[in-house]
Amino acid sequence: MTSLRDSDLGRKPGRSSPGQPARPVAAYRGLAPLAPRQKFPGPRPGSRPSLGRRMGRLARRAVARKSPLRHLDWVLLGAVLALSLMGTLLVWSATQPGLIHSGQDPRTYLMKQLMNIALGLIFMGAVAFLDYRKLRLYAPVIYGVSCVGLVVVLTPLGSIVNGAYSWISLPGGFQIEPSEFAKLGIILMTATIIGELRHGEARPRLRAAGIALAVAAVPILLVAAEPDLGVVILMLSLIIGLIALSGVRLWWLGGLAAAGAVAMVAVINLHLLKTYQIGRLTAFLHPSADPRGTGYSAAQSKIAIGNGWWTGQGLFHGPLVSGNFVPEQHTDFIFAVAGEELGFLGCTLIIVLLAVLLLRALRIAQRADDQFGMLVACGVAIWFGVQSFVNIGMTMGIMPVTGLPLPFVSYGGSAMFADMIAIGALQSVYRHRTVFT
Amino acid sequence: MIPASRRRLVVLYVVLAALLLGLGSRAWFLQIAKHRTYVALANQDRIRDIVQPPVRGEIVDDTGAPMVSNRSELMISVNMSTLSQQADGGKAELARLASLLGMSSRKLQLKVRLCTVGVSQPCWPGSPYQPIPVDDHVAGKVAIQVLESKRQFPGVTAEPQPVTQYAQPIGTAASQLLGYLQPITAAEVKKLGEPVTGFSGVDLVGQSGLEQQYDKQLRGRVGENEVTVNAAGSVTGTLRKVSPKPGDDLVTSINSKLQVATQNALASAIHKTQSQGNSKARTGAAVVMTTTGRIVALASYPSYNPSVWSGGISARQFKRLFGTSDSEPILNRATQGQYAPGSTWKVTTTAAAVKDGYSLYGDYNCPAATTISGHSYANDGAPNLGPMSLHQALVVSCDTVFYDLAYSMWLHDRRGANDVTSPHAPVQKMQADELGWGFGRDTGVDLPEENPGTVPTREWLYYYWKDNAHQGQNWCKYGRANGSYIQQIEYDNCQSGNVWTPGQAVIASIGQGYVSVTPLQLARAYAALANGGTVYAPRIGRALLSPDGKVVRRITPPVTGHLPASKTTLAYIRSALAGVVTQGTAQGAFGGFPLGKVCVAGKTGTAQVAGNLATSVFASFGPCDHPKYVVVMMIPDSGYGADVSAPAVRQIWDSIYGLEGHQAALPGGQLPALPRINKAGQIVPAGDGQQASGKKHASTRKPGSGQASGRSRA
Repeated sequence: MTSLRDSDLGRKPGRSSPGQPARPVAAYRGLAPLAPRQKFPGPRPGSRPSLGRRMGRLARRAVARKSPLRHLDWVLLGAVLALSLMGTLLVWSATQPGLIHSGQDPRTYLMKQLMNIALGLIFMGAVAFLDYRKLRLYAPVIYGVSCVGLVVVLTPLGSIVNGAYSWISLPGGFQIEPSEFAKLGIILMTATIIGELRHGEARPRLRAAGIALAVAAVPILLVAAEPDLGVVILMLSLIIGLIALSGVRLWWLGGLAAAGAVAMVAVINLHLLKTYQIGRLTAFLHPSADPRGTGYSAAQSKIAIGNGWWTGQGLFHGPLVSGNFVPEQHTDFIFAVAGEELGFLGCTLIIVLLAVLLLRALRIAQRADDQFGMLVACGVAIWFGVQSFVNIGMTMGIMPVTGLPLPFVSYGGSAMFADMIAIGALQSVYRHRTVFT
Repeated sequence: MIPASRRRLVVLYVVLAALLLGLGSRAWFLQIAKHRTYVALANQDRIRDIVQPPVRGEIVDDTGAPMVSNRSELMISVNMSTLSQQADGGKAELARLASLLGMSSRKLQLKVRLCTVGVSQPCWPGSPYQPIPVDDHVAGKVAIQVLESKRQFPGVTAEPQPVTQYAQPIGTAASQLLGYLQPITAAEVKKLGEPVTGFSGVDLVGQSGLEQQYDKQLRGRVGENEVTVNAAGSVTGTLRKVSPKPGDDLVTSINSKLQVATQNALASAIHKTQSQGNSKARTGAAVVMTTTGRIVALASYPSYNPSVWSGGISARQFKRLFGTSDSEPILNRATQGQYAPGSTWKVTTTAAAVKDGYSLYGDYNCPAATTISGHSYANDGAPNLGPMSLHQALVVSCDTVFYDLAYSMWLHDRRGANDVTSPHAPVQKMQADELGWGFGRDTGVDLPEENPGTVPTREWLYYYWKDNAHQGQNWCKYGRANGSYIQQIEYDNCQSGNVWTPGQAVIASIGQGYVSVTPLQLARAYAALANGGTVYAPRIGRALLSPDGKVVRRITPPVTGHLPASKTTLAYIRSALAGVVTQGTAQGAFGGFPLGKVCVAGKTGTAQVAGNLATSVFASFGPCDHPKYVVVMMIPDSGYGADVSAPAVRQIWDSIYGLEGHQAALPGGQLPALPRINKAGQIVPAGDGQQASGKKHASTRKPGSGQASGRSRA
């Protein structure tokens, strides 16, 4: 059993990338020759250990030096848990008055969100204990399935929410938002394609970057067809950010930017955006122009946040929140709830927790074992960073109103699962980081 | 990791840090820097002020019978320009509204369609952009439902519509003294400094008469209900609640029966002189007042039905009320009309002469004409009556006696000051006494509109001349030495308008020339004469009663002065005026009048006005020995006081005491005791039993019965 675990661990540094030289096993922390195994006596032959003994052994193993749990980034996990907990409370506060009003159990959303978090943590754990390099194998699967999902939402199976076909309704009242998983798919696919340098290459070849761009274009175009502008913005940030971080030449990046600019002009001139999208995009510039229409959400959200002052009105005591003035306050506009009920200090806490999360993700990227790991970690950082900025910025009137949730805080199953899987991937990269570089 | 990636990772650090810093500073800006702004906006969002207008107080007569009563009814209006923007043209909303109002959906749709060619009633004849009233008798509950669910009923409003009711015939008979109500203007809102309901036509304010004078007490205090609402507009809680306080009721000393009788007597006197071919007689006024300054009837002709003001006056009606072609019925001629008092003025001249040293018991010559500084002043139609007492001079109204007295007084009254060159010239002895009778200044009656009349003092003369010599009437431009009669006067005025001449003094002594008075001034002067010399500021209001029955304020006419005459002089004049009715100029008019039951004393006046018929005046008081009432009537352009006004005043005396087949308005001449408010909130006459109260004046006004109207806080 022990030898099996040894070999298991010993295989981890094995190169899946032929372009990189193998590193000595001892160079990895946790792989140093182990202390005598007698510390953990095996079961006596023929006798099954008592439950207590088994639990004790599990606990001891969990805190042992080479235990996988000890090699998790607990700061990252703590930030994620803190954000999720705050989010749960805010979702509870945001949904309680409406549920009471309609005669339902006021804790319906609280329970659902707790379940989402629990499931999300299981997904995270599963991915965390996976060798992140194996994610390369899963990348095409995640990518492919989410692309199929994005096609399905455009068929009559998709359901329309706020003018966009972005959900698949499943029997039993469940809904899935494939675009959440498509973000993950893009990160993994791009990292796979441009994260593998051939022997002797100092930077990825143009061809690889081109392929990555083409691969990412498929889900981007599908999401644009929903249309979900926020996700398109996020996906573009991801692909551009990852290509830039992969080390391609600067002139190539310049060309990409130029091409993007040309595309923007084309989009505007060829009227590829729908009127309500242009309205949404520009409404945040003039919130008072149409306070009951497109700008209504933005205006109400700003008012709710501004009503908070230093410490807020107190959880469950936000007058605008309990009056249901901010539309979608438990999902996209959850930050408005935080603003009114927890005040500036609560908002700062959320932003600080997000900062910790991003800092850890970038630190993991910095110490990643290989280009792939680095790109995956950076992708997750860009994802959460941009999505948080667009979401919070939208609630405070500095970004257009789009349908992006606040990671870990907003209510939602698909988003929570996708976010947690991403954290799992980060943890996996962290576990296999190089000790010195 | 390749070096390029490492460098760019640092860029990513910086970018993400900048994004988060941006969010943090934006949060600080919204939550800390702009906190106050957003708190205000948040309150605007979630707090709604439901303003409940109070029910306006009633104006009742001396027995408590309402002359003006107020209630508010809720009116639901639909703004079709808002509804038609909905996807289905507002059909669904109209159906919802119809079921709420309990009318068929089809009927409602017919009501809101526009009247065009081929569309017959019911339809809306007004502008499509105006709210269309669909129901004006809505229960308060329904209206509140509409008001509170604005999201469900966009474009539908529920407004309390104040309904002012005028009892008839008193409403028309007392139209000018009651005044009228009009929607409040922005300036008036500011002046009153109280919250308004925000709907036009709801916040009415008294614009004239008693409605304006007692507006503050009558209007009450609005109720405010500050509620929190959710995004759907449903009420979630109450922050503050102030119930509306209904306005106080104004009890007046006006006797409805007598007011109507006075108005009728005045009107019939004018009609009678009109029927005699005198088409110029179109206006007039009459006053019935106690000798202690309480106004019992105040009539002004022509009158109008004040219900024309309810629900917006039409342009035609407005023109009728304010236009000269119909003699401006809006004017209250009892306080605003300024007429020459004629011989009724002689009581002041008599008192002034006696005070100046002329003997009360001496003999005074009454020639047919007297020549004063080159001009001959004749007795009006009277022959040479020889020497007579002042008593007889008043009884027969001998002008020449008073001409001579006035000239004599002029001769030894600071003649050096008669060339008036500044407004500070001393007042003449005669005019000083006339001011003491309360002429030439406002009476201080509790009505907002009043004119002061004219006592031609030197100060007045200075301004009169200064204002009209080269401007105003522009005498120096239009006057001709050899022109028409008017042009000659203008020429003279231009030359010497600033000089107090003997002619002016002489003419003024018999209540003509520059002298003018309002009927109310004359009435209070005669009241002072009758009561022994006390001058009151007349009052119409008697008391203010709160809706719960308390007497908020008793109103008594304040004393403003005392006549500049001794009790003896006044008693002498009173007895002379009694003689006027029994054997003097009013003997004919009062022929057969039961003076044994009620002794009436009075003085006729016939003021000659150039180019017109005389102003007919009769001022009277009674009973002679213990006077209780004063009755005065003035009708310009009509003829002799004895012919036109005196017979009409006789009818008024009949109505007061119930003489000569008339019903007594004030039996025994007693004013009714102050009415009170019974337990049901109704005003009933004092001493009226509970059981009888119900049918008396059914006008229940319980506190808090005001209807709701909403406005969002701005």
